[in-house]
Amino acid sequence: MKNDTIVLDHGSGGLLSHELTEKIMLPAFDNDVLSRLDDSAVIESQKGRMAFSTDSFVVDPLFFPGGNIGDLAVNGTVNDIAMSGAVPLYLSAGLIIEEGFAIRDLEAIIASMAAAARQAGVSIVAGDTKVVPRGAADKLFINTSGVGWIVGDLEINAANARAGDCVLLSGTMADHGMTILNQREGLTFDADVKSDSAALNGLVARMLSAAPDGIRVLRDPTRGGVATVLNEIALASGAGIQINESSLPVRKSVSGLCELLGIDPLYAANEGKLIAIVDRACADAVLAVLRQDPLGADACIIGQVTADHPGRVVMETAIGGRRIVDMLIGGQLPRIC
Amino acid sequence: MEHTEQYRDGKLCASLAGQITSMCTEDMRIMEVCGTHTVSIFRHGIRTLLPRSLSLISGPGCPVCVTDQAELDAFIEIANMPDTILATFGDLMRVPATGSSLEKEKARGKDIRMVYSTMDALALARANPDRQVVFAGVGFETTAPTIAASILAAHAENLSNYSVYCAHKLVPPALEALMGLSGVEIHGFLLPGHVSVIIGGQAYASFFEKHRIPCVIAGFEPADMLMGIQELTEMISSNTPGLENAYGRAVSWQGNPRAQKVMDRVFKTANARWRGLGEIAKSGLSIREEFAAFDAARRFSIDPRPAAAPAGCACGEVLTGRCLPPDCRLYGTACTPADPLGPCMVSSEGTCAAYWKYNR
Ligand code: SF4
Repeated sequence: MKNDTIVLDHGSGGLLSHELTEKIMLPAFDNDVLSRLDDSAVIESQKGRMAFSTDSFVVDPLFFPGGNIGDLAVNGTVNDIAMSGAVPLYLSAGLIIEEGFAIRDLEAIIASMAAAARQAGVSIVAGDTKVVPRGAADKLFINTSGVGWIVGDLEINAANARAGDCVLLSGTMADHGMTILNQREGLTFDADVKSDSAALNGLVARMLSAAPDGIRVLRDPTRGGVATVLNEIALASGAGIQINESSLPVRKSVSGLCELLGIDPLYAANEGKLIAIVDRACADAVLAVLRQDPLGADACIIGQVTADHPGRVVMETAIGGRRIVDMLIGGQLPRIC
Repeated sequence: MEHTEQYRDGKLCASLAGQITSMCTEDMRIMEVCGTHTVSIFRHGIRTLLPRSLSLISGPGCPVCVTDQAELDAFIEIANMPDTILATFGDLMRVPATGSSLEKEKARGKDIRMVYSTMDALALARANPDRQVVFAGVGFETTAPTIAASILAAHAENLSNYSVYCAHKLVPPALEALMGLSGVEIHGFLLPGHVSVIIGGQAYASFFEKHRIPCVIAGFEPADMLMGIQELTEMISSNTPGLENAYGRAVSWQGNPRAQKVMDRVFKTANARWRGLGEIAKSGLSIREEFAAFDAARRFSIDPRPAAAPAGCACGEVLTGRCLPPDCRLYGTACTPADPLGPCMVSSEGTCAAYWKYNR
């Protein structure tokens, strides 16, 4: 490529746009559907239910310990699809790039999108690139959409939680949120923190085969964190949720940083964790499957669904007190994902 | 971390709660002066461990909540001046001023930056030599030394584009003012930990001598607060008031002389207006003549006009323990965290916010 930064012409639809697609996107996302370069991707379908999801990624900084906006955008949409019990198959990627963006950075981001897609077993089959004048966007925004198929008659959704179920969390909280915050301009504490960005569809598939009928709810606690997702489940199901503070997993370095900045890890973002509401009878089996996988090595039961306090999340604190865990209002960390 | 874990020990906390319960045979009203205490009490569910006869009342110790409306308006005025960057701690962003908030001004394109320390604000000034960087100086004796240090650093570097709008307040004069208010019944004070690290136990001596009311300095871990409350209930039930320090690992009688020196060098005491308490003599700080160049009020000739708090907001009553948040007729209706009317519902240390978040 002649240029080393993005110029407005890269989004013009002309030669430079073509060059960007040919030289960067196509080799990275290499697959049969995309390489036909038709106006839309034609994909083989099967009869049944389809899961469809979209998400936009505007994270700042673009690169952070544990990943970058590219793998985050792939993993985020893969996880959203997986949380309905579907097998994610195809993604689209829309890029909005600010004029002046370094092509080298774009290449690195596209490469990690491709790697994340490969790792998750999905294909990026459609895409779009727009370039906007300097100042009209902050460096790079990515939107990903995706589809997947639901096998059989699985019914996994937030309304299914019922009293007696166990609440499982697949690993430590707040790794992504605190990594982003720590990387922000003017705030680089020497803390050993790393984003947990990862695709969870493989983990979900193994959980489903271990307990096909026992998994009632799956959610990935991204923005708003574990507390917000639990509140959503309590509201949707009309059940109460009780969690135990002493069983909430948080890495030492992360909890130290939270403490320092006055941030509650319950509300900080995660990008490679899931919450599962599971029939008590299957909880041990699901926990065992989770723990066998590196992505679920720190999985644990953090609480239970109860008939008390319907629609509310209540925490038993480490010292034996009780308090409400509310939804997050007005973001602790603006724009972290 | 290990260090604090012992102060979160369930057994220790349960035993302290048991001692408090056995001591608390009559109605007792203890004010936790500091907003961080309020939040910590709710966050750890401490109230649920204590007997009903013991009321924990939140005091005027949330720096955001006691900031006068006129001072908030002054920050907005500064943010609206051309070529100016207003640097602020995040908790001020959403506090309603007259007809606006810093968050709204930022959305309108004003350059308002959230910083995590005064050193970040200094760095902003160095990086933007052609613009004025003004730091919104809000807080108690805890933040005042770092802000004083930033002024000394700016002075030493000859930075001509850094200044502080000083709206600092002092805790001991507020205690004094509380005692003079009618309708405030308090049997003991849980005194702030962080503030006391700086000013030391000595700072409360004359207040205690005058009023002979039980006073205990406490830290913020659950066992710290329970130890403080336990000492207070003991003093109240035996009618033997004292000024005690239950936070000996961080607070000394003298406090931190270095921090005091920096503060004294840059600031002098001044009258200050408190939300809910009105004007209190010598309860605030102003920047000394010697550093006038770094005083945003003087540099930009800002003369804050008295401003009325939102109609119906009972923040003043809440801050002085004369009513509880649910007693405010706007609580949960016109005033919620998503759409706050008063600062007590916005600040992370605000009493109304803590009630809403943890206690509904
Ligand atoms: S509920 Fe709102 S209006 Fe009422 S005292 Fe609290 S902050 Fe002020």
